[in-house]
Amino acid sequence: MSVVDKPLTSTADAAEGPKAPARRRAPRPDDAKERGVISASDRKRPAVKAWLRIVQTILLIVLIVSGLGPLLWAAKASISSSNAIVSDPMGIWFTPNEWGNLLLAWNGARIGQSLGNTVVLAAGSTLSTLIVSVAAAFLLSVLRPKWGPWLSGAIIATLFLPGVVSFVPLYLTILDMPLLNVSLQDTFWAVWLPAGASAFNVVVLKRFFDSIPREYMEAAKIDGAGPMRILTMVVLPLSRPILGVIVLLSIVGSWKEFLWPMLVLSNPDLQPVSVMLPRLATGNSPLSVQMAAVFLTIIIPVVLFAVFQKQFLRGVGTAGGVKG
Amino acid sequence: MTKTLDAAPAARRRKRGNLTRWAQGGGLHAVLFAVPVVLVYAYFSWGPVIQGLILSFQKTNLIQPAEWVGWGNFTYVLADPGLVQASLNTGYFALLALVFGFPVPIILAVLINELRKYDTLYNALAYLPAIVPPVAAILLWKFFYDPDATGMFNTVLGWFGLGPFPWLNAENSAMPSIVLYATWAGAGSTAIIYIAALATVRTELYEAAEIDGAGIWRRIWHITLPQLRNVIFVMMLLQIIGTFQIFTEPFLFTGGGPNNATQTILLKIYNYAFINGDFGAATALSVLLAAFLGLLSVVYYFVTKRWSTA
Repeated sequence: MSVVDKPLTSTADAAEGPKAPARRRAPRPDDAKERGVISASDRKRPAVKAWLRIVQTILLIVLIVSGLGPLLWAAKASISSSNAIVSDPMGIWFTPNEWGNLLLAWNGARIGQSLGNTVVLAAGSTLSTLIVSVAAAFLLSVLRPKWGPWLSGAIIATLFLPGVVSFVPLYLTILDMPLLNVSLQDTFWAVWLPAGASAFNVVVLKRFFDSIPREYMEAAKIDGAGPMRILTMVVLPLSRPILGVIVLLSIVGSWKEFLWPMLVLSNPDLQPVSVMLPRLATGNSPLSVQMAAVFLTIIIPVVLFAVFQKQFLRGVGTAGGVKG
Repeated sequence: MTKTLDAAPAARRRKRGNLTRWAQGGGLHAVLFAVPVVLVYAYFSWGPVIQGLILSFQKTNLIQPAEWVGWGNFTYVLADPGLVQASLNTGYFALLALVFGFPVPIILAVLINELRKYDTLYNALAYLPAIVPPVAAILLWKFFYDPDATGMFNTVLGWFGLGPFPWLNAENSAMPSIVLYATWAGAGSTAIIYIAALATVRTELYEAAEIDGAGIWRRIWHITLPQLRNVIFVMMLLQIIGTFQIFTEPFLFTGGGPNNATQTILLKIYNYAFINGDFGAATALSVLLAAFLGLLSVVYYFVTKRWSTA
């Protein structure tokens, strides 16, 4: 679990507020980046130097080709003719641009509308995750009722259950909500609400709230602040970095959702782009329009990642620490 | 409640006093915070799990009331001639992903961790595939896997005099093709987790090993990997659990074909539930798979625990 302490404390340091005390098991000098397997003296040896350079160059080329390559290709394919894409997929770099494809995909293939749905779904799912996870983490970390351990156990238990057990019954729940007797089928709630039950985010947030010094909350309490004010004035402002990470990962996560929205949103007017795309591919729309649609689907999360890479990478590293 | 009659009013008074004290002490607030949490988890997490267990012993078509059929769904599912093939395929996918896919992020992480410059660039490039929505990526890859000589991958391999390969169109290369895609899609984000873990490796150990004259390879083998051991074990279990529940990739790439070569257990569950409308059979198979994965996790935990302490 020590894996998680480092990124978390470093995110806490990044916050405007005073430093949260680092809760490390043993004081560790911050030389983690100073050396890995290869020592400084190794690096001075010509053979090691040459090998390192070769390996790192090959790695860079491999990463560019495999990471960036498909995206760049999709970008160019989105403005190429179907003929060029089919006959010589590697030669499309030199064919004339056909900007009309993007417009055709946006309007003709209704990618614009389904992208709008994706945005609405991602925003709602993120909000629902945030509300439920913050409430749960605040409850378990700060309010600590007597029955807290029971709730905490029940939430964490869901982490260990493979998603497959609850998949079909969850669908039936959406069709006919027990006790309420309403169907959420073909409403955005069918995607938003289940997204709230994210045990993983509860664990991450609770861990972070635990690291906030109690003195702040005690002081607020003495000044007459109730739990709600402590949450909004003390805890949330101090947790901005971790909340940002959860928001980013949740947006991208819900952008990638495919099976669940396909099942609960059968109305094409409500379907997100991830459900629309496969249908487009099996339909008879030209390849160029398909590629334009693919590009339009990819571009928003990629731009989001390009802007917030640091938060993404730190967040994923933290996530691994919790899983460990 | 077991008190004598005259003690009862006092007890009631004390109880009411407890209640107000409880509310003033923040108990009420705790309940208010718990309401949305419990509702969402009850409806969308705990409830469906319990309902799944119940449904697996029932026959229901959503119109008539459900009736109990005992182990009927389980015997039906286990007798399905397609189950063996689906299980073998799923196991094959898990095995291929473990042998060829699993080491990739570890190697990537160790290499990136040795960078002294531009490591964020490498990280970002490696993570990019994880950002791309799988549906869009699969559509692209499906096109790359075009079995014609003019297909993307076949064109590139053709430059080196290889191919053309049938990729998704042949029974024996369809599953490896899906594994290749899955590795591309997953390696980057897993590598980031290993990189975070590598930052905690104790560097004194490297220095000690250097004094003992250990070369770079031996340091990786005897220090880096053992220090990562626990993370590796957890990631391996998570990957196995994940690969046994593979759905989107075969569903979109091949739909289970060619000739059922990529039919997986989750595809079967999907077909039971949403093609045949047999929710009982679908949940029964889900429960079986979950039980298998649970058992696997327990065995795995005890086996790796012995290795960890050894």
